[in-house]
Amino acid sequence: MTARPKTAEKSSFLASIVRKQIFIPIAALLLLAIFNLIMDPSFFKITLGHNIEGNPVLSGNIISIIDYGSELAILAIGMTLVTAASRGQDISVGAAIAISGSVVLRILCGPNADAATLQAPIIVAFLASCIVAMAFGAFNGALVSIFRIQPMVATLILFTAGRSIAAWINHNKLPVVNDKTFAYFGGYIPGIPIPTPVFIAIACFIVIWIVLKFTTLGLYAQAVGINEKTSRLNGLNPAFIKFITYVILGLCVAVAAFIKVSRVSTINYSVVAKDIEMDAILAVALGGNSLSGGKFSISASILGAYVIQFLTTTLYKFNVQADALPAYKAVVVILLVILSAPIVREKLSAFFKSLRSPVKAESKS
Amino acid sequence: MQEKSLLEMRGIYKSFPGVKALRNVDFTLREGEIHALMGENGAGKSTLIKVLTGVHIKDSGDIFLKGHSGAVQIHSPQDAQNLGISTVYQEISLCPNLSVAENIFLGRGKHGIVNWRNMNRHAGKLLDSLGIAVKPTQQLASCSIAVQQMVAIARAVDMECSVLILDEPTSSLDESEVEKLFGLMRQLKERGVGIIFVTHFLDQVYEVCDRITVLRDGQLVGEYEIEKLPRVQLVSKMLGKELDDMADIKNDIPVFEEKDKGYVYEAEGLCSSEGIKPFNFNIRKGEVNGFTGLLGSGRSECVRAIFGADKVTGGRVKVNGKEVKINKPIDAMKNGIAYLPEDRKRDGIVGDLSVRDNIILALQVKKGFFKPFTKAEAIKFAEEYIKLLDIKTASVDTPIKSLSGGNQQKVILGRWLLTHPEYLILDEPTRGIDVGTKVDIQKLVLKLASEGMSITFISSETDEMLRTCSRLMVMRDRKLVGELTGDELTQNTIMNTIAGGGQE
Amino acid sequence: MKMKKVLAMAVSTLLCGTMLAGCGSSNESSNSGSSSNSETTTEKKTDAATTVADSGSEDNNGGGSSSGDLIKVGIINNDPNESGYRTANVNDLKATFTKENGFDASFAYSLKNEEQINAAQKFIQDEVDYLLLSAADTAGWDSVLKDAKDAGTRVILFDRTIDADESLYDASIVSDMAKEGEQAVKWLESQDLASYDIIHLQGVIGSAAQKGRSGALNDTAASKGWNIITQQTADWNAEKAQQIVQSVIDSGKKFNVIYAENDDMAKGAVAALDRANISHGVDKDVVVIGFDCNKWALEELQKGNWNYDGQCNPFQSTYILEVIDKLENGETLSQKTIIMDEKGFDAKTITAEDVENYGI
Repeated sequence: MTARPKTAEKSSFLASIVRKQIFIPIAALLLLAIFNLIMDPSFFKITLGHNIEGNPVLSGNIISIIDYGSELAILAIGMTLVTAASRGQDISVGAAIAISGSVVLRILCGPNADAATLQAPIIVAFLASCIVAMAFGAFNGALVSIFRIQPMVATLILFTAGRSIAAWINHNKLPVVNDKTFAYFGGYIPGIPIPTPVFIAIACFIVIWIVLKFTTLGLYAQAVGINEKTSRLNGLNPAFIKFITYVILGLCVAVAAFIKVSRVSTINYSVVAKDIEMDAILAVALGGNSLSGGKFSISASILGAYVIQFLTTTLYKFNVQADALPAYKAVVVILLVILSAPIVREKLSAFFKSLRSPVKAESKS
Repeated sequence: MQEKSLLEMRGIYKSFPGVKALRNVDFTLREGEIHALMGENGAGKSTLIKVLTGVHIKDSGDIFLKGHSGAVQIHSPQDAQNLGISTVYQEISLCPNLSVAENIFLGRGKHGIVNWRNMNRHAGKLLDSLGIAVKPTQQLASCSIAVQQMVAIARAVDMECSVLILDEPTSSLDESEVEKLFGLMRQLKERGVGIIFVTHFLDQVYEVCDRITVLRDGQLVGEYEIEKLPRVQLVSKMLGKELDDMADIKNDIPVFEEKDKGYVYEAEGLCSSEGIKPFNFNIRKGEVNGFTGLLGSGRSECVRAIFGADKVTGGRVKVNGKEVKINKPIDAMKNGIAYLPEDRKRDGIVGDLSVRDNIILALQVKKGFFKPFTKAEAIKFAEEYIKLLDIKTASVDTPIKSLSGGNQQKVILGRWLLTHPEYLILDEPTRGIDVGTKVDIQKLVLKLASEGMSITFISSETDEMLRTCSRLMVMRDRKLVGELTGDELTQNTIMNTIAGGGQE
Repeated sequence: MKMKKVLAMAVSTLLCGTMLAGCGSSNESSNSGSSSNSETTTEKKTDAATTVADSGSEDNNGGGSSSGDLIKVGIINNDPNESGYRTANVNDLKATFTKENGFDASFAYSLKNEEQINAAQKFIQDEVDYLLLSAADTAGWDSVLKDAKDAGTRVILFDRTIDADESLYDASIVSDMAKEGEQAVKWLESQDLASYDIIHLQGVIGSAAQKGRSGALNDTAASKGWNIITQQTADWNAEKAQQIVQSVIDSGKKFNVIYAENDDMAKGAVAALDRANISHGVDKDVVVIGFDCNKWALEELQKGNWNYDGQCNPFQSTYILEVIDKLENGETLSQKTIIMDEKGFDAKTITAEDVENYGI
């Protein structure tokens, strides 16, 4: 008898959870985790070893996921804001990463792209790439907010031209940074066994949390995305708010590009971060955010990004045939997107509620 | 059917959940006649048109058409079209990226095969015969709105329509374009086409129409020949106040103390991009005044200009005697002005956001980007106004879009009261709200004024204005045509001033 | 409305601009986007010209002087930004076909077949003597090549072949992707490892380079019983390669060969090995094979971090020059299809000179 009210409570709790936005990415993560646990429990094994420089490093699939998911999670922050405020997505982030990464290489390797030592402090290269990426973000933002071009069309320009611009920055060369400290940002800092990108990503999460806590950006972006006319009549400047979200995305791009460059000390402008824009948009969608703007949850988007990385790592792990990989990914994505559709969630929620009612009927009898 | 009549609608009933939109309405259209369909918003004009064009299915009643024995059945727009009933809407429903000729023939080919030369030649002839100066090959989007409308009419004519419905065709046209359109209408009239003309512009009705049918509250008021119905009569019929029995309801109006504290707001020669003629306006501390006039007369545009909601194109503004610039809403807000817009859904609510966020929005914007309210503060404000205005909501976190219209309106009112404005503009705050809430809002307006707030009040209901306002600006055709105070504040004078021109 | 139109025009001009910047309609086209780019290439042109002049100047001058003026050449190539290989290829051609060497050359770049065909038609109208063509697509060239034949324009295909009758062109200089893969696999076989446990990192599936390089490995692995631990595409991308190798390491599988179909992916793979402290290179635990011979990759070979790097030879101009010389002198070619030698470098034998000459 005592157990029954508990189940009732539990199912109503489940019903309310199902309606919460963050439910989707959490459910997806759990599904993937359970799948891996059943197929091969060693998936979750984490070992402490040493890398070639003798520093302690943790390794294992879980570490790989949170490590390689960093860039996508950082981009998901900016993409969520852009989606919320401008009711559309930026499809140029991959190209912008190529540009921003090329700027880092150009400054660290000098104009001839073959310097043996660093030509400038790393921080200078990073700040310069931030400025460049934010400038391109501003370009996109201006097209969207001032000229009122649809976001996808506006960012198509940079999507098309971006990698050529990146090629031009280093005169079609592919410079390599020959410096150990630079590799710390995409690898490990000596003595710390956790990959540095994880810390960079966490730092970004904290920054955006502080920004949302101590400014009204969240409220404004949502208001503008939901009803631009009302926002204007309440004293907001919708164009400026859309613009600023694109600049923030630019900053996210710069950070992601910096990690990418540091991972292998170089990038190839023609392939780096290819199709990452689609993954970033997918992360936003998996986070349960409406792609037509309005209310958003950044933490759900971030989780969505890690879901995608989890999926990628799982597929690598099971050595899915290379040409079949996109198909598998598509199937999983379809499942996740259907799961996140409001109508399905309503049904699920109702289902959990119905679990509760027979319990009541029973206790009456 | 009577001789000469093209269309007769008899005893039409139509109701929507909770609303009886049409009750026993008759309507007759004769050959070669331009017939105005008049009535205030919600009178049932558009429902009647939609029943006729098959958008809505009538509950009961009969429709007769010339050449058809017995009542005809119209179940879809396609049916209506096949019976020769065509509609040209205010918003052009053609394809802007196709050519003029393509638009005329779009969706009418029998086999999906197009003979382009023939099509263009035929379209050229048709346009010539109607005197529409446009090339058949021109892209529709590159034509003016007026020409686009005429192309839509040409399409209807070519489909051999006998009944042509023009729904607010002139609202986005300038004077010369209106003249051209009227020319075309007269030409069609010569050909024996019956035209139903829906508009808010009284002058236009008297310029081009032969007959007027007036609806009010879903019921037929009557059908009149234009010469026999002076303007002031028309206005009184639309508003539902017979001139004779307009009782003096001044008693209801509480007397305001004259406050000699100068003007809170003054404007001189103010005008905006929405086409209102420059107007002068002012309001004192603790005063309640209002703009009146028919829909589309420019009363909303005036207050939007005051708030900077539309692009202000000229004029000088003083707040508390000091000259200020108000070009956008935030300027007005910083000068202590608040504005509750007419279209709640479009301009008022932020649908997906919670009641709490909707209430604090304006004050938050005023306070600044780097000073967000804490959640506790926001909840406190929200709860305060939910209580004060008796807003019915499940919680402060409920999305505003799931509230009823009246409660949404109160949330927005609460949003502006929270900013503690010196000058509050209310544009149709009581539209679509039940009677009890209406009275609440009127009382609140008077209470706020007695505490020293200046309020401008706009309502379609004249008696509501009379009950609250001590001064009325009267608008006609986007022009301020009169200012009424004291003894002038009666239904009669208001209507005479609104009707204007025709009396002189 | 007006605003939108103006904007649409602005955007389209911008797009055209960027496309030009990417493709470069001719060698003299120097719009804002690529101005400094073409500046540097011309700079390179002059100093590279002197080096090339050593190899081909005698023949060229002979060829040039016999007709008394410059030989007009129209060169149609793929977008130089496509890859490092293409950049090296384009620079090589630019450095060879100069006025100093007796040529009046015009260039057209595009990744799109129809744009290339348009460019070819224009060159034929301009009455070029030679049309040099690296086609984006194998099909669709018949009619334009017939026009060329009628106009007396000689056609030399380089780098890529097309589906057209042999009579429609004078020579075809091709790199053999399969051969290049075979060379690398043969080298791997010669290493005589105790066992072969291979991580195979593929390029973009379906590309010519991927097919050639994968095919060679698949065939030999099947016949010799080599064990391919993982076969995945990393889309030519270093970081994806790193992730794939990382996942193999995480799963604890043993491997001793990394066969990466380009240098970037080899680099990514090595980054993962370094992380797990797995030694690689000459006489170490894991053999690393890359392709393309980037300069930095050859330097890795020199340091002994990698073992082998194969190359699809981008330096095709010497072959082309040979053909032109023969044709100018009225000789006939013994065979129309000329297969270039492909290079492959072993870390044990590579020299600093090789790095300098063959690094791209």
